[in-house]
Amino acid sequence: MIIDALSWIFLVAGGLVGIIGAIGIHRFPDFYSRQHATGITDTLCAMLILLGLGLQAGLSLAAFKIGLIFLFLFFTSPTATHALANAAMHGGLKPKLDNNGDEGKS
Amino acid sequence: MLTFTYGLLLVLIWLLLSGHFNPLLLGLGLASVLLTIFLMRRMKLLDHESFPSHLFSQFPAFFVYIFWEIFKSNIDVLKQILRLDGKPITPQMIEIPLPQKTDLGRVIYANSITLTPGTVSVKLTSDKILVHALTKEAAAELSTGKMAKAIPDRGADI
Repeated sequence: MIIDALSWIFLVAGGLVGIIGAIGIHRFPDFYSRQHATGITDTLCAMLILLGLGLQAGLSLAAFKIGLIFLFLFFTSPTATHALANAAMHGGLKPKLDNNGDEGKS
Repeated sequence: MLTFTYGLLLVLIWLLLSGHFNPLLLGLGLASVLLTIFLMRRMKLLDHESFPSHLFSQFPAFFVYIFWEIFKSNIDVLKQILRLDGKPITPQMIEIPLPQKTDLGRVIYANSITLTPGTVSVKLTSDKILVHALTKEAAAELSTGKMAKAIPDRGADI
């Protein structure tokens, strides 16, 4: 019962965090800052949802598999983010920075 | 020794993923593990970089540290998105030193930077790393080099 409630709290919190991350993608001004918003859905949102699912599964093989999903996500998502950022930099996309005004605006 | 630990891990993963213990599936599992080890050795893929067993003892403490960092920076970025503190974002592009000696340590460091929202590693050179930070505070926090010290970075002794 308590575990059920706890897992629902995690699931709902994860969903909320995901929605906020999506809002962030629309709110931030340029490519590089939007990547920080996707970082939220990559980490905290995924962690909370998988934790909630893990609590639903209890101590079983399914929980172990959820753990593996989390582990793979943990290794691959930063690599993908870095590859994207590096490609954008390499392609000459200038970030909008705070200290030198509107650099990057065309 | 490395082969043995690797095989043991594969056996454990097979058992946990299948959950069946009849002779047929156990036999198939054993065959798969042996074939995998054979191929890994033949392709010379099995070394201390692909399977860093010498770092395993450092991982639990590092995981606790990095999860806490991820949690804290997530809260920061969530506040920025919802504009709870009313300040606009102050994106920064900073270069910070890359003190790790091994390639694996560098990868772990760059990935840790990217994993914590608010900072994304953009470009790596041999001794520097270019980071895009969402706010001045996040950039300043990273410049202190606290995270760099927590990264498991040790060459294999054997």
